Amino acid sequence: MPVAKNDVMWIEEPEMGFWEMTFLPAIVDGLKTTIKHVTNYQPVTQQYPEEKPVLPLHYRGVHRLNRDEKGRVKCVACMLCATACPADCISIEAAAAPPDWPDRDKFPASFILDELRCIYCGMCEEACPVDAIELTHIYDLTGESREELIYNREKLLDVYDKTKDDPRDPLRTRRGKLGPAAEFSTLPTVAPATQVTPGDRSAQSIAPGTIHTFNNPHPFDDPGTAR
Amino acid sequence: MPTAIINNQPLELKPGEQLNCIQAAQRIGYEIPSYCWHPALSVVASCRMCLVEVGDTKPDGTVVMQPKLVPGCQTPVKEGTVVIANSEKVKAAQKATLEYLLLNHPLDCPTCDQAGECFLQDYSYKYGRGYSRLQEPKNIKPDKDHIGANITLFTDRCIMCTRCVRFTREVSGTSELQVVSRGSAEQIDIFPGMPCDNKLAGNVVDLCPVGALCSKDFLYQQRVWWLKTTKSVCPNCSTGCSVDVDQNEDQLYRLTPRSNPISQGDFMCDEGRFGWKYIHSDERLTFPARRKNGEVRTRDWDDIIPSLQKALAKAVAKAPEKCAAVFSPWMTVEEAFMLAAYLRGLSPKVKLALGPVKTVGEDDTYPKDFYGKPIEPVKFTIRAEKAPNRRGVEMVLNHFGGSATTLGDLAADGAAGKLEAIYLVGGDPAGWLEPHQAAGLSKAALVILQDFLPSAISDRADFLLTGGSFAERDGSFVNYKGLAQEIGRAIRGPDGTRPDGRILWDLTGRKGLFNPAAIRKEMAEKIPAFAAFKQGALGEFGVLLNEHGAPEAHVVAKT
Repeated sequence: MPVAKNDVMWIEEPEMGFWEMTFLPAIVDGLKTTIKHVTNYQPVTQQYPEEKPVLPLHYRGVHRLNRDEKGRVKCVACMLCATACPADCISIEAAAAPPDWPDRDKFPASFILDELRCIYCGMCEEACPVDAIELTHIYDLTGESREELIYNREKLLDVYDKTKDDPRDPLRTRRGKLGPAAEFSTLPTVAPATQVTPGDRSAQSIAPGTIHTFNNPHPFDDPGTAR
Repeated sequence: MPTAIINNQPLELKPGEQLNCIQAAQRIGYEIPSYCWHPALSVVASCRMCLVEVGDTKPDGTVVMQPKLVPGCQTPVKEGTVVIANSEKVKAAQKATLEYLLLNHPLDCPTCDQAGECFLQDYSYKYGRGYSRLQEPKNIKPDKDHIGANITLFTDRCIMCTRCVRFTREVSGTSELQVVSRGSAEQIDIFPGMPCDNKLAGNVVDLCPVGALCSKDFLYQQRVWWLKTTKSVCPNCSTGCSVDVDQNEDQLYRLTPRSNPISQGDFMCDEGRFGWKYIHSDERLTFPARRKNGEVRTRDWDDIIPSLQKALAKAVAKAPEKCAAVFSPWMTVEEAFMLAAYLRGLSPKVKLALGPVKTVGEDDTYPKDFYGKPIEPVKFTIRAEKAPNRRGVEMVLNHFGGSATTLGDLAADGAAGKLEAIYLVGGDPAGWLEPHQAAGLSKAALVILQDFLPSAISDRADFLLTGGSFAERDGSFVNYKGLAQEIGRAIRGPDGTRPDGRILWDLTGRKGLFNPAAIRKEMAEKIPAFAAFKQGALGEFGVLLNEHGAPEAHVVAKT
């Protein structure tokens, strides 16, 4: 589409004055910054690995698979993480849960996550309906072979065992009791996982899974019948 | 012509047509949600999801609406009927019905196999309220794994539409499933020790609008949104049920019936539903071979096809009457036509024969009574002839002079040293060659075998052409009554295999990629019986060849 003439505004470059033409004020300005750094030395370089960085709470590092209160893998093998994963790095094989898990239908017989292929976007954590997969603060992931960094279920549970007591890696999303996602009625009221302002709708939620429409005094009425 | 009014739109009814409100609304492109209603089953109007406002036009032109909502599945539409399915009143009723259905329904969509193709999910999204007001614990009933050999019941997910119960009573007639108890204790169950194991039992899984009845074979294998669907035809008997082939990453996961009024209706049998496991067999012939004196010379297609052309031409030039080909009833008509035309092009004296057509017992018709005796009217038939395309291959062979001999006679000829070259097409996963026949055929100077599973002669064949199963091929099958339906290539076979159509396309010296539609057009020109093929495509339901000039009966020497 051509640009209309009315939308175009022509601007002339302002004329330089005498001092500006000598460039001396600009040079003095620059030197002032240089001298400030020489006299007032405040380095930002971190001396890694002697000095470890302070990471933000929402840092996304190596994954872990959480356990429920009975020590079983919390994952229900719904494969929503594998569906959400943009890097296609999660492969799960589901199976019927062992007979001594009466409250569970399905569990991951195999859960393989390729840490090399992962782009650490956190979509798996967001997709998980039972808060089973989480990203930890572990950032210094190294290995001697590719196979070593293809994490299976046991390795991911190990990461959980190692990080669960670390104050940097709390169970970030503690949506109440561990177990089937169906038990919404027994969930305690908790604050949202991430920091939100008090005015945010999710901060005012009185029960998980319910978002109130505070502007509507009768949220449960049928729009068809009421009023 | 009688006219009804649906959602303020006029709908012309054909004379003698009996439609309910749901079907009438479908005609104008509006979906009235329903759970318990199914076109192939009786009407119970128990789920109350299809409640609509219905009225009548009086002779003076005024419309009188009924004061209450009525179930659309149970209400016939006739001259002057007015149906309103999109009013606020109807929407409020749908919302309330869904809320009741969901009261005790567990929120286990993540672990439920139906998630993604679940009517409860779809309708909740479209018509529901989005949150539950129930503050009480849910009414949980125990799962029933014992309900059948191939099906399992998650009782708490059931919404008591009774489609499965009506199916076993009306279509299979075996009546295994029933509703036990009443009120909130109501649930689907079987009599103790009498599981739902009839040959149509798998259909209750497809009928279940929610995830209550699941197939044990498919349970937890895949999420349904990963499956890619190809339209195809079940090859396990000559009924030729239209099916959907569901696959992901070249692994077949399930077959489901595709509704086809001119083929089989809405259902399929368990033999076909679970009878595709041979496709992923470890036994599969995975690489072609050219052998000389029993030693493999090459496994390269680019070498095998030209050498086969030369070897065949040489053998036919030497003694054309001693050359023969055995056509399998598992071939598509396109493959049969290409092979027959090619061999007859080499010499008109080459013998063509139809291979063995397996029949098991008698045609098995449903519904049955309690003692297993068939009842009229027949709603589903599992045919005794366990091959998909006997009729189609016969029609092709009839054009080329009919089946001249049989596999048994050819084996005898071979044993007597009267065979120069034999082209064998296998493809029957249940086996098609007797060991003594293989011994006779092995004596031929040139043995060419086109098959995908090993047989008694696959190690002897001078040319082994590794083909594909029905899920790996394009083409068409003609069922017992002359209905030609397309099968589609859903998966790629193992590395060294090629779809049979492509092998024959290359063998017959055609250029470019295998194109079944082009072959069908060619057949329509050359063979009057296949005149219906002139469009190339056969459509969703297939084409009845009889209606387009094909003779009704095809008398061919029985094998």
